[in-house]
Order: sequence, then structure tokens, then C-alpha cells
Amino acid sequence: MTATPQNSSHFVRRAMIAPAPPPAAPSSFFAFVRARLFNSVGNAILTLLGLALLAALAWPTVRFLLVDAVWTGHDRSACLPENVGREVGACWPFIGARFDQLMYGFYPAEERWRVDLVYALGALLLAPLLVPRLGYKIFNAALFFGLFPVVAAVLLLGGVLGLPPVETRLWGGLLVTLVISYAGIVGSLPLGILLALGRRSELPVIRTASLVFIEFWRGVPLITVLFFATYMLPLFLPGSWQIDGLLRVLIGVILFAGAYQSEVLRGGLQAIPRGQFEAAAALGLGYWGMMGLVVVPQALRLVIPGLVNSFIALFKDTTLVLIVAIFDLLGQLRAAFADPNWATPVTLFTGFAFGGMIYFVVSFAMSRYALFTERRLKVR
Amino acid sequence: MRRPSGRDARNLARAVSNNPRIRSAAYQLALILAVIWVGSQFAVNAAQNLAERRSGFGFLFNTAGFGIDFTLIPYSETDTYGRVFLVGLLNTVLVSAIGIVFATLIGFLIGIGRLSSNWLIARLAGGYVELIRNLPLLFQILFWYLAVLGTLPGPRQSLSVLGIAFMNNRGFWVPALHPGERFRYVWVALLLGVAATAALGLWARRVRERTGRQNPVFWPGLALILALPLATFLAAGMPMEVDLPHLAGFNFVGGSRIIPEFVALLVALSIYTASFIAEVVRAGILAVPRGQSEAGLALGLNERQVLRLIVLPQALRIIVPPLTNQYLNLTKNSSLAVAIGYPDLFAVFAGTTLNQTGQAIEIIAITMGVYLSLSLATSLAMNWYNSRVQLADR
Repeated sequence: MTATPQNSSHFVRRAMIAPAPPPAAPSSFFAFVRARLFNSVGNAILTLLGLALLAALAWPTVRFLLVDAVWTGHDRSACLPENVGREVGACWPFIGARFDQLMYGFYPAEERWRVDLVYALGALLLAPLLVPRLGYKIFNAALFFGLFPVVAAVLLLGGVLGLPPVETRLWGGLLVTLVISYAGIVGSLPLGILLALGRRSELPVIRTASLVFIEFWRGVPLITVLFFATYMLPLFLPGSWQIDGLLRVLIGVILFAGAYQSEVLRGGLQAIPRGQFEAAAALGLGYWGMMGLVVVPQALRLVIPGLVNSFIALFKDTTLVLIVAIFDLLGQLRAAFADPNWATPVTLFTGFAFGGMIYFVVSFAMSRYALFTERRLKVR
Repeated sequence: MRRPSGRDARNLARAVSNNPRIRSAAYQLALILAVIWVGSQFAVNAAQNLAERRSGFGFLFNTAGFGIDFTLIPYSETDTYGRVFLVGLLNTVLVSAIGIVFATLIGFLIGIGRLSSNWLIARLAGGYVELIRNLPLLFQILFWYLAVLGTLPGPRQSLSVLGIAFMNNRGFWVPALHPGERFRYVWVALLLGVAATAALGLWARRVRERTGRQNPVFWPGLALILALPLATFLAAGMPMEVDLPHLAGFNFVGGSRIIPEFVALLVALSIYTASFIAEVVRAGILAVPRGQSEAGLALGLNERQVLRLIVLPQALRIIVPPLTNQYLNLTKNSSLAVAIGYPDLFAVFAGTTLNQTGQAIEIIAITMGVYLSLSLATSLAMNWYNSRVQLADR
């Protein structure tokens, strides 16, 4: 033992302390509850409030969607409380009766196999593209972004190869939502790359033009862009040109999304070290060789998370087309609410629950994928 | 002296076309020519297509002839389209301004909640962000408007809030306040309170810088700003008439009516934008290194001072630019009002006015111009802010 004088204000330890055991790991359930939920009075109150909130939200939702739901029936009478004799939750037969419109709009029933075939092809090409381990990425991407749009357009529009033509105003529901999202992604990516390169160009005119273009489309709401495409664009083109209503909207969406994507891509371009440009120049590559073979491929890989996030925004924004009278999933849903055959107190909530699940599942899956690629990039 | 040959001419051509200055000038000239060509084509086509239609901005002085059921300034059907524009602009500003306040409050609450040490609270906040961010805004607006507000009971079965405010499927009725003649003294008192607080703050700062002594500013200031107007209000004999809504026949009379379209839009915009603000706030706070607050504690500051003097100034540097972006998004998204019929700028101008006059080019150009100048002004302000708060590189 070290002897320390009683009145001294300082203390010098002369022997090592024996090692202390590690603090008990809070592995048990009760230790976790005490440490993370009830470690202070304030936290305990918060926890109880949170539990009350959870109970107030979760249980009624489960009851509405499953326990009290009506599963079979042919019209509104199946979902009226006075006929069922209890409180009524979701009226699923309503969705069943409207399912075809919600998925395909007024696409002719005997031609719907074409839509299903396009979905199957798309899924088949997309799945291997999302798994980083699988090879042939360039070939795969060329198929998905180059060949698939052509095949899909031929199949969906028809009019060639003995397929009866189907006008786009008959399209609707989830089909339109997916067509606009996919075409928006495919069309806006090249535009975004060009704009991003233009904004970093050394030529003042090209840089200014890109900047003005980007800031213009980013500065206005999408709905004004859709109005511009629907009402103003036809005035700017020769009177003999008739543009399809869906195509007009697609043009608007591509211009709008291209401006946003160029900003995401610009971040990627800025992250490429100067040495990469210099090495490419030293190899004798010109501007397009340098960008196309060295810089852009690296930048694209860096910005995959940001791109996926802007795809999510694009997917959610497709709902706005219902304002210019194109019936996407949400538009068909709203049309279904007006059906007097299914007018019940729960029809609206049932429809929103169904539509919400579709939108949520797609967006959530994309955001998880963005997170996954982000983590993967960080590890490297 | 050599005679010029074909070979020399080719070499000369190559030298010219490979000259970087000439090439860059050619590219830029080509772009300018292309833009001019497209622009002139558009102009020619538009002139042809519009030959038999009216054009120009004269329509702004024509009588509108349609009613708007929610206006901040006096408006009647005999007013002009120019006035319609003003009414719509004010409605956009109203819903955006209130939406920004609510979205900020909810967003900061959720963002800080996600960082809570309380596991349940962090999870609940995370669930909120995931759920709200992954549903389209228009979907949420329609949900609140059609499913929640549309299925409220009729006026006779209104939901009552303490008997002074009522909710039903035709809107919300709240007490209307009519300030009397002498209410202006209250405004004067409020101004005095603010001025006194500012003076107090200056004085406290000067004392602190000279002597190092701290004087409280926040609570006395708050007391000044609140108590001074309140005392004046009471002294002036409470110059305020309160008009309570009450049921008469099939509907309410008295009070102020808030239309359901406004409520639905406001709720959806606030909740949606709050989920993005929450992420901005979380990222900003996480970006301040732990060592900063530990260093603050080691210097002898208490926890509140560490938060106010060390963490917040650094977190705000990161939070403010994306936060303003979200405010801008909210303002632009308020144009979705057209889907449910709230008379904002887009609905009454690019909607009704466009339908009545058919002057697509002028109207869409004005509408886009308004939103564009808003966002340009915001990004200019952001650039200025960024250059002010950026760490000085040495």
C-alpha cells in the first residue's frame, strides 16, 4: 500500500490496480429494457407514451386490414355494416372487382398477355442487373436500357407483327405508372449525363447553356412542367404534328428528371480524382474517349445510391399525371371511388390501403437497394 | 518558294480543325445556332398556331367572372384576372408559410427523436420517416382530403372542440377575432417589447465582453415580449370581439370557416416535408464529431451551453442549406392543390384562368416565372449564407 500523507492535496499511485472485470454486457432482455427504455424517469414516460401511441395505431390498423375485413362479395351490400352485422373493416371484394382496371386501365382484356409478357421480360432482365456478383453487367445493361424499351414499345403499342394496335389512351393503372417511371429513367439518364458534362465543360457557352437548362427545370414544380408539355408544347410544334398524350407527358417527365439527375451525376464527376483525367489524356484519349471510357463509368458507379433515390422520387411523382387526365394507378383508384356499386363507408380507406401498399413496397424496396449499394461502396 | 499542293491544303485543314481554340469556338457557335434555330422554329409555329387566337397579356385586365371561395384579400366575380393571380399567389404563400412552420416543428422533433437513446422512440421516429417518405405526396393529399376529411360527419353531427370550434365535412369552424379600435396600442407594446429585448441583449453582450459576467437575456426578453402587450391589452379594456360559430339550421354561422381543401393540403404538406426535414436534421447533428461536445464539457460549459454554443452552430451550418431546399420543395409542392381544388396560384391561374382564356403560353410562362424566381432567390440566398458560414481555409 502506498502511504499518502493525510493533508496532501495530491496523490501518486505507485502500484498497478488489478484489472477490473468488463462491464456486464446488456445481453438479456431485461437488461436491454432497463438500459434502452427505462434508464431515467423522462425516458420511462417517453416509453410509455410511445407504447400507447403504438397500441392506438397498430391494433386498429390490423383490425381494419385483416380481422374485421370482408373478403367475399359481389357489390356494396356485402360491405355494409347493417348486412354484415358487425363493424366492417376493409372491403376487399371492391379491390377484386376493380383489380383489372387498377392494373391495366382499359387495355383490352384479350391483349393483356402482352403487358404481362413485358413485365416478365423486364423482371428477367432487371433481376441480374441488381445483383453485384453476377457478371456481364454491360451486356445486361445494354439489353435492359437499349433493347428492352424497343421490345416493350412494340408489344404494348402493337400495330406491327400482327399485333392489334392498342391506343395509349386505353392504357391505365399500374401499367401507366410503370411505363412513365421506366421511360423517365431510361430517357433522363443520358440527358442527365450530357447536362452534367456540359455543366463542367470548359467552354463557357456550353457551360452556361447547361446551367440555365438545369436551373430552369429544377426551379419549377413538376405539375407546371406537365401543363407545359400538355398545353404549350403542341403550340410550339408544326400544326400537322399530332403528339400522343402519353408521349407529351413523357417528354415533360424526361426533361424534368434529367435536370435532377444531372445534379446527382455532377457529384459523381467531382469525386473522380484529377489524376484519372490526366492519365486518360496521357494515353492519348480525346474528350469523348476520356469521358466515355474512363470518367463517366467510374462516376456512374459512385452515384448509384443517389440515382436510385432520384428514381424513387420519379416513381412517386408519376402520380401527378392524373392532374393532366392520364389515369395512372392513383387516377384509376380515384375513378373507382366514384363507382356507386361500391359506395360504402369503408371503400375509400380500402382503396387507399391497397394503393398505399403498392407504392410503399416499390419505393421501400428501392430505398433499401440504395442503402445496400451505399454500404457496398463504403466498404471498398 | 514552294507551290501550294493538295497535301499542304490537307495539312492546313488538319491544323485548323485540331486547333483547340478554333474547335471550341466552333462547338459553341454550333450550340448557339442550334438554340436559335429551335427557338425560331418554336416562335414561327406558335405564331401560326395562334394566328386565329388572342394573345398578349391584355387578358390580365379582363373580368374573371368566376368566384373563389377562399381569399385573403377582397375579391368578387367582377374583378380581373390580374386580381385572380394575386389571390392565388397569396393563397400559395399562406399555405406554404404555415406548412413550413409545422413541417419544421415536426421535422426537428422526429429527427431528434430518431437519435434518442430510447430504443422505442428512435424506432417510432424511424417508422414515421420510412412510411411517409415512401408514399407519393399526391396520394397523401388525396387520402387526407377524401378519406379523412371527406368522411367527417355532416354539420349537424359536427365534432366539437370545447364547444368553440367545430369540425365537419364542410370544413372547420373556429372563433373569429375582430380587434377593436384600441387594439393598435397592443401592437405598439409588442414593438416596444421587441426593441427592449434587443437593447437588453446588446447591453448583456457588452457587459460580458468587458467584465466576463453573464446576464440572463432569454427569460427576461420573453417576459418583455409577452407581458408588455398582454398588460396593454388588459389596460385598454380588452379591445377584442370574439365571434363564436354556432349551428343555425343546416349549417354554421359566425366564426371563420377554414375550408377542408386548405386543411388537407396543409396537413399532407407538413407531414410529408417533415419526414425529409427529419433526415436533414439527423444528418446534421450526426455530422458534428463527438469530440466537439466532449471538448466543450472539458472547458467547463454545461450541457445546454454545449448544445447552444458548440453543437448547434456547427450542425446548423450543415442543416440550413438542405433545409431551405425542403422549404422550397414544400412551396413548389403546394401546386398539387389543383388536385383537390384549393385555390392556390396554380389552381386558379394555370387551371381556371387557362381554361377560360385559352392563353396557354402567357399563363404557363407567368406561373413558371413565379416559381422560378422563388427558387432562384432562395438559391442566391443560400449561396450567400454558405459563403458566410463556410470554414475559412488557411
